[in-house]
Amino acid sequence: MAYAIKKPGRTVADQSYVVEAVKGLGVTFKRFFQNTIGPAENRKTATIRYPEETREYPERFRGVHRLTHRVDGSPRCVACLCCSTACPAQCIYIEPAEYEADDPRHGYERYPRVFVIDELRCIFCGFCVEACPCDAIRMDTGTHVPASWKREHFIFDKETLMSIPGKDGTYVTANPRHEPGDPTHPGLDRDKAH
Amino acid sequence: MDLGWLVLVSILKIAFVIGVLLLLFAPVLVLAERRQSAFFQDRLGPYMGGFPMPRALLDAIPYLVLGAYVVAALCGVMFAISLAMVATGNGQDVLFTEPVFGIEHTWGGLMLVFFPLAVIHLVAAKILPFLFFDGRLTIFGGLHALFDAIKAFTKEDIVPPRGDKFLHSIAPIIAMVPAFATAAVIPFGPTIYVDYLLEQLPADGAIGGTAIDIQVANLNIGILYIFAIAGTGIIGAAIAGYASDNKYALLGGLRAASQMVSYEVTLGLSLVPMFMLYDSLMLPDMIRWQGEHVWGVLVNPLAFVLFFTASIAEYKRVPFDAPEGESEIVAGYFLEYSSGKWLMYMMGEFIEVAVSSAIIAVVFLGGWEVPFLTRAGWEAFGYRFDLTGTGFDVVSNVANSHLFIIIVQVVAFLAKVMVLALISIQVRWTLPRFRYDQIMSLCWKLILPLSLVNILVTGIFVLLFQQMGW
Ligand code: SF4
Ligand code: SF4
Repeated sequence: MAYAIKKPGRTVADQSYVVEAVKGLGVTFKRFFQNTIGPAENRKTATIRYPEETREYPERFRGVHRLTHRVDGSPRCVACLCCSTACPAQCIYIEPAEYEADDPRHGYERYPRVFVIDELRCIFCGFCVEACPCDAIRMDTGTHVPASWKREHFIFDKETLMSIPGKDGTYVTANPRHEPGDPTHPGLDRDKAH
Repeated sequence: MDLGWLVLVSILKIAFVIGVLLLLFAPVLVLAERRQSAFFQDRLGPYMGGFPMPRALLDAIPYLVLGAYVVAALCGVMFAISLAMVATGNGQDVLFTEPVFGIEHTWGGLMLVFFPLAVIHLVAAKILPFLFFDGRLTIFGGLHALFDAIKAFTKEDIVPPRGDKFLHSIAPIIAMVPAFATAAVIPFGPTIYVDYLLEQLPADGAIGGTAIDIQVANLNIGILYIFAIAGTGIIGAAIAGYASDNKYALLGGLRAASQMVSYEVTLGLSLVPMFMLYDSLMLPDMIRWQGEHVWGVLVNPLAFVLFFTASIAEYKRVPFDAPEGESEIVAGYFLEYSSGKWLMYMMGEFIEVAVSSAIIAVVFLGGWEVPFLTRAGWEAFGYRFDLTGTGFDVVSNVANSHLFIIIVQVVAFLAKVMVLALISIQVRWTLPRFRYDQIMSLCWKLILPLSLVNILVTGIFVLLFQQMGW
């Protein structure tokens, strides 16, 4: 059923405009003083001084990549190429290499001699992190790729990726690794399966 | 007074007025315009502009603050000592027996020196850390206005290819010059009697010696000059619209011209009751009348409201900014302006805000007059502020001296103007724009008749009071 909307009546004060204008000024002035000289907890200022002050990104924000370390500082990555295969933007380039012959990891796993991510091509989908079987690549840095004026600066190599800490400031992930030679190591390698 | 002296004084006065307008009001109002609006819209506004400071200075800030606190504390202690000395009455000759710089009772003098010193250092310590932000000297974001101006000035200056180059260039000048020219008759302070700067003036009677008004020209047509000059601002807007070869600009110019012509009339008529009341057209006379009686806004509030509205409309400011209504005609008559010429329009607009606030302050808010402050010193209900013979007499000597009173009054005037200007900027950000026909009918159907009625009623009362011999 259609019904008539009652229009609010206008008082003389409304009609004269002066009273209402002064009221409006009162509202804006109140807000002005509340946001400037008022007590800090009442301020409603929504913006920040951005480049100098930054907001905390949400917990699951996918920031710039980092390559996690083992306890000895070498990369956790075993150069399995899962991430570069999964990457829809094809921006990860990995050259795998064998560890030295005297290294206990020799013949057990490989390492990335070159690990490059083109951060300009990356779409920050996080598939690489999902794909990694070793928790070697992460996007939990809580920060984005810094702005720069040169394209080359966005080609992050292995050293750069390993130099970025996680949000909590650590380089080694909490997931334990079982290095060859450790008692917890299952003792498998490429030549002999126990 | 010989000619050279006259020329020197005039140049100094002009420099003072232009300095106040350009160095005080223009930047403060530009900044207020941008940050005041930001603050009540819950934003921070522009604050970034600043000069990079050397690392050493930035590192030294905490020590400077500490030093300022220490100096403030020392000055406070000295102030307390001298206060105690004076209060106990043996302030005369404990340390100093001879008068210093002509001030007798040296402890009293020291008191007057150390109190401001302590306050200044305390304030400095409080605000010093906030002058800097992220390694730059920003002065609470205050330098941003400067960088805005530099940016605008160094941009490309475009003249529309089929526009009239000469008129296009001259229009901003025509629009800006009246804003400065009207400032010529605004009295920024009372008459300075140069020969009696450090003495107390007599309460009434003529005073000899050299006298300087803090006013570039005390014309006997006073406020009519302001209306006349402000009226020429129309030409600037109209020519700008015409010379720009742009339909929107032309529409804006037409709107500006018709609006300014209309409000010119009401602007003058709404002030006529005040002329009748003050019995003068000269601005200093109006201020003196208000000093002797009460502020004009209390005598005739209707005239205040009418004039305030009309002056906002006359200077095309929001909510009467139909000449530059973004939603209909883009930027209006200065649509085709860029770089320095555009800056001239903006500058002119801010100077107009300051000047029209100054006129309102003079006509309605008592100009430089401060309540209870007469030419001869502080005085309330017949009681004078005078501490002679109490040991604090140096305090009252300074407070009642001519120079001190002048400083207080000039500062009071500037403060009144600033508050009015900030209010009109707040109006700008608060009230929505009127439709163009509403602007016109407000002018011709409301403000004009009301001011005519106001003239009539005020005239009757003035005659009545004259008959009754008040
Ligand atoms: S986030 Fe997505 S696009 Fe970026 S490197 Fe990882 S898989 Fe590739
Ligand atoms: S980062 Fe992970 S997925 Fe990518 S190559 Fe290294 S181990 Fe494999």
